[in-house]
Amino acid sequence: MQSSIQIARDPAVHYLLRLGDTCLILGQRIAEWCGHGPVLEEDIALANMALDLIGQSRAVLSRAGQLGGQGYDEDQLAFLRDERDYRNPTLVELPRGDFAFTVLRNAMASTLLKLLWERLQSSSDAEVSAIAGKAIKEARYHQQHAADWVVRLGGGTEESRARCEAALEALWRYVPELFAADAVDAHAQTSGLGPGWDALEATWRDEMGAILSAAELQAPQASKFLSTGKHGVHSEHMGYLLAEMQTLQRSYPGGVW
Amino acid sequence: MHATTVPHLSERVQRAWEVLDTVPDPEVPVVSVCELGIVREVLEHADGLEVVLTPTYSGCPATEVIEQDVLTALAQAGLGPARVTLRRAPAWTTDWIPATAREKLRAYGIAPPGPVPPGAGFPLRFVPRGPREGAPPCPNCGSLDTERLAAFGSTPCKSLCRCLDCREPFDHFKPI
Repeated sequence: MQSSIQIARDPAVHYLLRLGDTCLILGQRIAEWCGHGPVLEEDIALANMALDLIGQSRAVLSRAGQLGGQGYDEDQLAFLRDERDYRNPTLVELPRGDFAFTVLRNAMASTLLKLLWERLQSSSDAEVSAIAGKAIKEARYHQQHAADWVVRLGGGTEESRARCEAALEALWRYVPELFAADAVDAHAQTSGLGPGWDALEATWRDEMGAILSAAELQAPQASKFLSTGKHGVHSEHMGYLLAEMQTLQRSYPGGVW
Repeated sequence: MHATTVPHLSERVQRAWEVLDTVPDPEVPVVSVCELGIVREVLEHADGLEVVLTPTYSGCPATEVIEQDVLTALAQAGLGPARVTLRRAPAWTTDWIPATAREKLRAYGIAPPGPVPPGAGFPLRFVPRGPREGAPPCPNCGSLDTERLAAFGSTPCKSLCRCLDCREPFDHFKPI
């Protein structure tokens, strides 16, 4: 059994882990649809988006490993950390739910990622800026695709609409965490590495508002609940996700394709 | 970008460009990795050649195959040792694909990408229910009466369309 690695207590590393882990964990969740999509085209679409996300994650985790100075590569960071060292917001680790839940979460997450990549193109870190220059094109496409589906399902049948409303109710309480600023954000903002996530909130709400309005859906009341995945304190679902994602590397240390 | 456009290339570098122009893209074998704009530069160092590649999509599974194919081709041509480095910026764009390669794509049955729209991306747009989303002309019969079936096709770089005249489905290389 491969033992765990410990990550550096460096705010720049934590900032990049939040970004890289958001892509990685969402990619893992979306990939669970492979072979289970409601229609073949959508099965392929979800697998394609998961590929993009995992590719983006590889690049960001590699950079986090370099900045951490401990010599960890993307694979060690993806597969050998303990749960508390994953820094994704809780939103992306929730079980994939039904198709309405999946497309609504994809709309929320891809809107966030698109806004992040836009700003990260002018990161003071040349590698992060280069990764963003590629990822922004992919995130725009993901957002458009997810938004199309939210509108289709929201304006679809009574059943699809009811499922969208239930998904919205379940997901919206995880929004405050996305924009809760802390020292990691402040450090990134000051150093020029990237924006504090709180700086994206107004635009995110505008764009999600446009999507929900086109779908004739109403965002629920703001929630006082504040999830804490970005600080490493995850929901009960995260352990199961990691167990499945890590099992191969943990059981066969250093295994490669 | 291509050997003929850059002056002062050594014979070894020129040969390398010629060899690389015969390396097919693993997913779209009708065009070479040079024609797709993936090979950005070939540099000669004291310890061998360096081939600079720009990946198409962050998660494109073909990237590693292309790296291997490039090294194998150079070794077989006796141009080794060589190494591959990845350059992310500027990001790969379909605008780097020349007209000759676009025609090869079309003849192969893949609708080539149009120009990438200028400006920072595009605003979200919502297509009303009923009419299907538009698609490029059919690469088989040239008809303009086409529709997009799916946003994602057989690879990350393509979407799936069909022709309403000849009824053939076809891939569209997405402008990015």
